[in-house]
Amino acid sequence: MITQLVFASAVEIAERRSGRRGASVYAGRPWALIQRNLFALRTSNALVFFSGFVEPVFYLLAFGFGLGNVIGSVHEAGGPRVSYAAFIAPALLATSAMNGALADSTWNVFFKMHYAKFYNAVMSTSLGALDTALGEIGWAVIRGLAYAIGFLAVVSPLGLVHSWWALLAIPAAGIVAFGFAAAGMAITSYLTSHQQLNWVNFLLLPMFLFSGAFFPLDRYPWFAQQVIHALPLWQAIAMLRSLMFGELDIALLGHVAYFAVFIVVGVTFTTRRLNALFLR
Amino acid sequence: MIRASGLTKRYGEFTAVAGIDFAVARGESFGLLGPNGAGKSTTMRMISATTLRSGGDLRILDRDPDTHGPEVRAHLGVVPQEGNLDTELTCAENLYVYGRYFGLSRRFLRPKVDELLAFAQLEDKRDVKVDALSGGMKRRLTIARGLVNEPEILLLDEPTTGLDPQARHILWDRLFRLKEQGVTLVVTTHYMDEAEQLCDRLIVMDRGRIMAEGSPQTLISEYSSREVLELRYGTGRNAEVAAQLEGIGQRMEALPDRLLLYVDDGEAALEAVVGRGFHPIASLVRRSSLEDVFLRLTGRSLVDE
Repeated sequence: MITQLVFASAVEIAERRSGRRGASVYAGRPWALIQRNLFALRTSNALVFFSGFVEPVFYLLAFGFGLGNVIGSVHEAGGPRVSYAAFIAPALLATSAMNGALADSTWNVFFKMHYAKFYNAVMSTSLGALDTALGEIGWAVIRGLAYAIGFLAVVSPLGLVHSWWALLAIPAAGIVAFGFAAAGMAITSYLTSHQQLNWVNFLLLPMFLFSGAFFPLDRYPWFAQQVIHALPLWQAIAMLRSLMFGELDIALLGHVAYFAVFIVVGVTFTTRRLNALFLR
Repeated sequence: MIRASGLTKRYGEFTAVAGIDFAVARGESFGLLGPNGAGKSTTMRMISATTLRSGGDLRILDRDPDTHGPEVRAHLGVVPQEGNLDTELTCAENLYVYGRYFGLSRRFLRPKVDELLAFAQLEDKRDVKVDALSGGMKRRLTIARGLVNEPEILLLDEPTTGLDPQARHILWDRLFRLKEQGVTLVVTTHYMDEAEQLCDRLIVMDRGRIMAEGSPQTLISEYSSREVLELRYGTGRNAEVAAQLEGIGQRMEALPDRLLLYVDDGEAALEAVVGRGFHPIASLVRRSSLEDVFLRLTGRSLVDE
């Protein structure tokens, strides 16, 4: 039995699944792509991978401790009064998760799709579009999580973590990364040129600056607040702040639900698009 | 192994493949010939279960590629025209990872990767990244990659385009070995010598239709003569002389740079030409080739993709 499993042929492996629902889009092997990306990391991309992690750390040092000395403590309606560095740390954690997730799901996916013809190769094996979508998005999540954990490891010794609930910030960062990765890959799979990708990047900057990362949202007019509340980065920041400050409330579920929608919609559209592009 | 009837592919208004019928038997080496835009690559993509057909029927090992894509693809090895090796990985990693896509186990793949590197004559490039390989090496690695799942059918889309003669011959040698091992080969090409070398049987396609079908030898005897006499009288005189040579050989073609006479006996035909008083600047008697068949069937005008 074991030798049968170990030496099963590609055909036997494929036939085992045939007839199951969704067998034409899912072979149950998103891990194969994650393993591929691990190899690529080891062989080609190690430096690039780790360079992305330092950016939010620089922000924390420059704004949190530089500007923070001038500002003193901050207080957002309904939240505790904390040092400026502690105020922006959860926001930068959310941004770390977002950056890590988007790095792979936008630029890398675009490159693989249009230049490396990577998905042509993958989709001519017995893998399906959902395997590919989950594998690639999953890898982006791993990157987002790695950035988030790295950031937490830097921040904790600085005394910016106030509650054991902050441990939950790690799975929460995973959810954030999953949402951004799914949406990022879905959008990227519809783009046809670099310029469009640059536009996506261009929109990320104002979202980063105005999503309440650097100052409390209650300074904004009511209408602007509603717009910002709809943005994914604000949802992520609000979720991570409440966990890192140890102030849990029902709104957390709302944030999780928000990202659940992103994940489902993102994975669905990515799968459909991959099918349409490579299995026309 | 492969059976197509009335196979059709339309992209909007454009019909890429217009209802073709063919069958490929086990162990056979089957060629798809045609100029650019003839529908070869589209046909290949339908066989490889990466493009849905718009009409007709197609069975690969009695399975419908449209509904059983992953199963059909597990039976196939695909060597695409465009290089899509994984440039971020080494040669060995390329083979290993591709095997993982099929779900093959580590214990199966370890010896398999060594075996395939040896087959592709790339043992010493094992840990080299793909970018550092020459064109011929990349193509051999792509073929090796296509074999990782031990396919019964190997699909090769213009396997030697862009390679130098040495690299082509090495590649043909590798493909012969596969054929000897009983792998069914399906090859698209627009190189006639390649088709004559590799294919037991072939179809000539043009504008999505099959123009002719048979072995290289039967196609030559059916659509061309045994020999071809090529005559050159200089660009200015070719057309004028052509009119005077009526009746020699089965068929004549007047090109701007030379005249082609399709004949059974080239030397005798040359004597007859000279006997009518037309001494050519240069002449050549050669065997008729698949290229003559190809040009007769698909015309000489330039095809843009």
